[in-house]
Amino acid sequence: MKLTLHIWRQSNKETKGEFKTYELPDVSEHMSFLEMLDVLNEKLISQNEEPVAFDHDCREGICGSCSMMINGQAHGPDLKTTACQLHMRKFKDGDDVWIEPWRADAFPVLKDLVVDRSAFDRIMQAGAFVSVNTGNAPDANSTIVPKMNADLAFDAATCIGCGACVAACKNASAMLFVSAKVSQYALLPQGDPERKTRVLRMVAQMDKEGFGGCSNTNECEAACPAGISVNNIARLNREYFKATLTSRES
Amino acid sequence: MSLLQSNVPEGPIAEKWTRHKNELKLVAPNNKRKYEILVIGTGLAGASAAASLGELGYNVKTFCYQDSARRAHSIAAQGGINAAKNYPNDGDSVWRLFYDTVKGGDYRSREANVYRLAEVSANIIDQCVAQGVPFAREYGGLLANRTFGGAQVSRTFYARGQTGQQLLLGAYSALMRQVNKGKVQNFARREMLDLVNIDGNARGVIVRNMVSGKLERYVGDAVLLCTGGYGNAYYLSTNAMGCNVTAAWRCYKRGAYYANPCYTQIHPTCIPVSGDYQSKLTLMSESLRNDGRVWVPKDVNDKRSPEQIPEADRDYYLERRYPAFGNMVPRDVASRAAKERCDEGYGVNESGRAVYLDFKRAIAEQGQKAIEAKYGNLFHMYRKITNENPYEVPMKIYPAVHYTMGGLWVDYNLQSTIPGLYVLGEANFSDHGANRLGASALMQGLADGYFVAPYTVGHHLASNKLEKVDTNNPAFEQVESEVQGRIDKFLSIKGSRSVDSFHRELGLVMWDNCGMARNAAGLHEAIEKIQGIRWEFWQNVRVTGSGHQLNMELEKAGRVADFLEFGELLARDALAREESCGGHFREEHQTPENEARRDDENFAHVAAWEYQGDDATPIRHQEELNFENVKLTQRSYK
Repeated sequence: MKLTLHIWRQSNKETKGEFKTYELPDVSEHMSFLEMLDVLNEKLISQNEEPVAFDHDCREGICGSCSMMINGQAHGPDLKTTACQLHMRKFKDGDDVWIEPWRADAFPVLKDLVVDRSAFDRIMQAGAFVSVNTGNAPDANSTIVPKMNADLAFDAATCIGCGACVAACKNASAMLFVSAKVSQYALLPQGDPERKTRVLRMVAQMDKEGFGGCSNTNECEAACPAGISVNNIARLNREYFKATLTSRES
Repeated sequence: MSLLQSNVPEGPIAEKWTRHKNELKLVAPNNKRKYEILVIGTGLAGASAAASLGELGYNVKTFCYQDSARRAHSIAAQGGINAAKNYPNDGDSVWRLFYDTVKGGDYRSREANVYRLAEVSANIIDQCVAQGVPFAREYGGLLANRTFGGAQVSRTFYARGQTGQQLLLGAYSALMRQVNKGKVQNFARREMLDLVNIDGNARGVIVRNMVSGKLERYVGDAVLLCTGGYGNAYYLSTNAMGCNVTAAWRCYKRGAYYANPCYTQIHPTCIPVSGDYQSKLTLMSESLRNDGRVWVPKDVNDKRSPEQIPEADRDYYLERRYPAFGNMVPRDVASRAAKERCDEGYGVNESGRAVYLDFKRAIAEQGQKAIEAKYGNLFHMYRKITNENPYEVPMKIYPAVHYTMGGLWVDYNLQSTIPGLYVLGEANFSDHGANRLGASALMQGLADGYFVAPYTVGHHLASNKLEKVDTNNPAFEQVESEVQGRIDKFLSIKGSRSVDSFHRELGLVMWDNCGMARNAAGLHEAIEKIQGIRWEFWQNVRVTGSGHQLNMELEKAGRVADFLEFGELLARDALAREESCGGHFREEHQTPENEARRDDENFAHVAAWEYQGDDATPIRHQEELNFENVKLTQRSYK
């Protein structure tokens, strides 16, 4: 198939970017979306132009590196699918495809489609852990976790940290990301001792990084390639509310 | 010879590690903060080591090429992690895990290291559960287990098909906690481009800031290399696109020996290759073989679609050839068996390079829901990629490069031949011999990082008086200028071929001549071809852009240039090892039943290569492997 690509090109953080248009004939429907971009880049290199920079690594949907808006949707048109797992059979001959980086103040563009997501790391540093040093652990089966809680905790823990939830949200809110981690620990006995400080600190850091507020439009859930449920946001709100009322932390 | 001291402690194998820990020197708590440790890579080995060392009080700096420490490729490991817990009461023990691992490695690993690995395996599960890793559980709330290849007990802990993700996020959370405490500084989007030795000790690294393009110098009292394997030498592999050998290769060129590079693991169950544009291969977890049955049609000319082929016309060749282990034979055995069937013309798929992995019986017996609960994400991924529904038609699979058992040579303390340079996880050679068993990579990465390096690195610091040095030392100046020279060279060639085109060309040579089956003529040919590709690369590569910016072509150029040197060493090692063992199969050395034939008399050793200069042949050193506890036999899974 033949595609017309409109891709956001930007040299670095300081410069202004713009859309550039590229024609790509001979796209196979069996290609992944990123392989299609590889083909474009090979073509650009052969013309002595700079290839399009985009983050990618595992190309099997788990590392969370790839991050692009495709025709206005985070990771493109396929549900529960990262850009690297999106296949060209979802497009048809003659399509126009608009490709942009994540758009959020907290994710500044570094180049082309590459953004800086270190804000997520800083939120995790604020409290997304259980304070247990190596070597201290009791026997694994001395902690009993009801299967349903373990499964729910697992579902929340499958977040890949890609940032699609932020990119999809009109407020650029990071609530789904934060709630996934808060939920994982809130559902497990291991997370209990620090549950109040954790949620307070992570939310404070989230606000500090410049992410917007949540207005419950649920676009984040629709865009999430890992299928993280907005129920986690409800749980985050409960945890946060309880913690603000009862935490002894000043 | 003298450098290859394994430093395995004396005494019975079950007591070695305990004794050794008692004898290792300690750094007093208030002195730990005076030391600086550099950790390269933030996968399971790197993140767990950095977090544990930070907890102890050392100052740690970590570096990763990804934009976040959480994205290291350990995250993609699917099936599980082994541990000798014996929770299912099926007869497992530290001894059995040790024995299975030595046997699975085709008797080419160091006994004492493997025993220690089995010994600390149980602690790993405890540690991960304490961190809040959500392993699969039974209805009673206790941990669940499953079986993996090469074992007759269920000792594999798992988190659906995403165990690596959950373990890595656990280690990452421990790492983030130390960052928060100020004990670890994490430098993302940094690629290590060289090692700095001062007075014979590893004392620093040169890294490139991948956003600004600037070269940066970091000084330390020890350097821990946790940079994974070299599977991407084959271009197509299950590794992430960025996985590379550069850090390890640079250390090799600075004096670390490279051990057993010919030991590569070709994983039997991956989605087959389709199309020239293909950029990577996707693994379907070994755990699928618990419920999936591997088969091809009995008749070469049977072109019916799989659901139309009745049971009587199917050849479940693994169950036929290996009745005791059936579909759960180790990876090297399963891969070669698939290749054998396809070579004989029984392969399915348009290419003829695929076999079926069939879940029909499992779905009939257990119901689709149960299968979905166990493998849901894998089935989902398979469907995404192939557009076929594996609940209805069997998966088509074929072997692909997955893991590399070879790596930098290390002693029992995980120290390389350069004092102060430690190598952990897949980047070292130590625990898996010539073939790794499933669910053992996660175990080794975390064992090295959580439970071995924190002891042995401290011993190094306590027993050597290291001079205070800083980044103004002339050694830093020298190494940095060499790195800069190389970058300038890449950009100045301005040839006509892209970096990727060279990488693909190398990959084809590696796969054809150094893949699942190797022979002397093919390996000679490979060496010659690789030299040719390398020569052309340095004349004709085109690297667009400049060095002072985010430049992914430049990053790739450095990695491919190193693969083009490394590939030759791999072929050389395969040529020198005149036997078949594990993942290294030399066609000249096989039994009448086409099984691998080892030569214990001449090759029960580790081959460790010493760099001699770019134009000189490296020297092959040997570390003899002494098996005092396990009797060497022909590995049988029949």
